[in-house]
Amino acid sequence: MDYFLTEEQQMIIDICREITEKKVKPIRAELDEKQVFPAEILKEIGGSDLFRLFIPEDYEGMGTGIFEVCLATEELSRGDLSVATSYAASGLGFLPIIISGDEDQKKKYLPGLASGQRLAAFGLTEPEAGSDAGGIKTRAIREGDHYILNGTKQWITNGGEADVYTIFAMTDPKKGSRGASAFIVEKGMDGFEFGKKEDKMGIRASATRELIFNDCALPKENIIGKEGMGFLIAMKTLDRSRPAVGAQGVGLAQGALEEALDYSRIRKQFSTSISSFQAVRHMLADMATQVEAARNLVYHAAKVVDSGKKDISRLSAMSKVFASDMAMQVTTDAVQIFGGYGYMKEYPVEKMMRDAKILQIYEGTNQIQRDVIALDLIKKGF
Amino acid sequence: MVKIKVVVCIKQVPGTTDIKIDPKTNTLVREGVENIINPFDSYALEEGVSLKERMEQVSGTIALTMGPPQAAQILKDAISVGIDSSILLSDPEFAGADTWATAKTISAAVKKIGGAGLLIFGKQTLDGDTGQVGPETAQRLNIPFIGYVSQIIEMDKKKIRVKRLMEHGYETIETNLPAAISVIKDINQPRVPSLRGKMKASKAEIPVWDSSFLGLGPKEVGLSGSFTQVVKVFTPKASHEVMMLEGSTEQQVEKLYEKLKGLKAGV
Ligand SMILES: Cc1cc2nc3c(=O)[nH]c(=O)nc-3n(C[C@H](O)[C@H](O)[C@H](O)COP(=O)(O)OP(=O)(O)OC[C@H]3O[C@@H](n4cnc5c(N)ncnc54)[C@H](O)[C@@H]3O)c2cc1C
Repeated sequence: MDYFLTEEQQMIIDICREITEKKVKPIRAELDEKQVFPAEILKEIGGSDLFRLFIPEDYEGMGTGIFEVCLATEELSRGDLSVATSYAASGLGFLPIIISGDEDQKKKYLPGLASGQRLAAFGLTEPEAGSDAGGIKTRAIREGDHYILNGTKQWITNGGEADVYTIFAMTDPKKGSRGASAFIVEKGMDGFEFGKKEDKMGIRASATRELIFNDCALPKENIIGKEGMGFLIAMKTLDRSRPAVGAQGVGLAQGALEEALDYSRIRKQFSTSISSFQAVRHMLADMATQVEAARNLVYHAAKVVDSGKKDISRLSAMSKVFASDMAMQVTTDAVQIFGGYGYMKEYPVEKMMRDAKILQIYEGTNQIQRDVIALDLIKKGF
Repeated sequence: MVKIKVVVCIKQVPGTTDIKIDPKTNTLVREGVENIINPFDSYALEEGVSLKERMEQVSGTIALTMGPPQAAQILKDAISVGIDSSILLSDPEFAGADTWATAKTISAAVKKIGGAGLLIFGKQTLDGDTGQVGPETAQRLNIPFIGYVSQIIEMDKKKIRVKRLMEHGYETIETNLPAAISVIKDINQPRVPSLRGKMKASKAEIPVWDSSFLGLGPKEVGLSGSFTQVVKVFTPKASHEVMMLEGSTEQQVEKLYEKLKGLKAGV
């Protein structure tokens, strides 16, 4: 399939493929079983310049678009969704600095994040505030030159592993969602600790952890943008990152489809390979068609984001919903094609199916995404 | 401060073990076979790149290969993983070189560069399998050679101390620089290319040095400069049938017993 990529874009895919084939596939099952954070692989990803992609050249980045990030994410997800999630979550953590940070913040944080020396994380969700992000309780109170941070964030990807955290907290609870602000918090600051690490169904090698703030004093310079801009920044960030969640779905499903296709050729029943049965062939045909459709929607959404167009929520949400639902379906069908073997941990599709589920939940559940799409549709039409 | 230049010698080999030999010319059939960097040489490259990162006395890294024009690809790959620059030794006259002529050509190139503080080779190649080009090159340059290095423990501007794998264990050896080493795959884990490296490689012009540039005469290089010639290459006929018994010791004994019992009639 030809996607009319530039030489640089093809290079990104080639590099990620090499990482996937040489460094990820041989150990992905073990990382999953033992819940080991893939630190070595992320170092390799950093050394290969992949964190630099979306970061502007002035801060040691390569200044590409989200489209290139999607290409990298897709190929990494083909190998292992834990690796791809950890990679993407760092991007989610530093996007607010790129979008709304000031010059000093960019100079201070982006170069280390670009090289992959340091990882970032994005802390919005709390025990009582998931879909309803406006309900966050974490408080930031201005005292002289500092903000004092108190509260708990839950299920934060890269928690404990990242050095730089974008944290959303209420500076003025009376104003509701207009009273939230975004802050940069660094690992090691007094009053910032990590809670329990979650034991998960899928993406088990990724780190999902609680962040606990107990009178954590932040220099006032650590606010991103102005007080009250927190939600705007969060929404702008998520609008840009959602195609990359779609890309995770495309890559994961592509990986499952490849496994299922190979297996259907070698598995013999009734004296012939199962790929000769129409029921299996049609399943493969549908899987391939769905993957291709999702890929095109994701690539298109990413390119629209990169065009600088303001109105991107609808398309960006569509790419996330469609590709993640597709990944759930395709990985389930891949297990079906493997039959009982697919249910066993010896084959990779079992893990792929477990991994797929998260894509329908994080960065806004698919129900919430459909709400976003419908709202925009009804308000603006076409 | 005296700075050390590291030269890594690499070779392009057919990327398959399913090798076909032309019965007439006794040479490898290279058509339709994908060429790759000799696997051991990727460890040599990684060691060169990481030495420069680890030790500030290393001023630069150069990758060198003798081969046909298409061997420029592995030199570009070398740049994509962080080697500073590459040189291709290529001339139709170099064709058919044995280890003697190859070492002569490489050592002439190293002299042309202005010498190297450290020469790194892979342990051996996938195709020739001799492991001799490294030591022969060192001999011609009159510098010490240490084979099968599994770790560079220390290096300053004068000395290098390494650990190397011998048949019965490890040895730690120190020698003066300049020196040459060959590395085994325990020494490191080769990195994946970087995007900036790949972009640099795609733009890089690889200089090509021929025999006249190296000051070598036609009798010194290639087939005519070689003492050995391949007369015949063949796959040895299997003279014995081998059977591997698997399972626990008890099961293996049982299988062996059954097998021997079955053979009894013929004895
Ligand atoms: C592995 C993992 C990693 C995560 N990483 C991060 C991270 O790095 N940073 C971060 O900030 N968060 C992270 N999250 C949190 C994630 O974004 C939230 O789980 C998600 O937004 C949903 O919130 P919730 O789980 O509280 O579900 P709830 O909001 O309680 O939703 C429960 C159900 O109700 C539905 N629902 C809720 N409200 C509505 C509505 N208005 N209309 C229709 N349906 C509705 C939902 O769709 C869902 O099906 C992560 C979560 C997980 C599991």
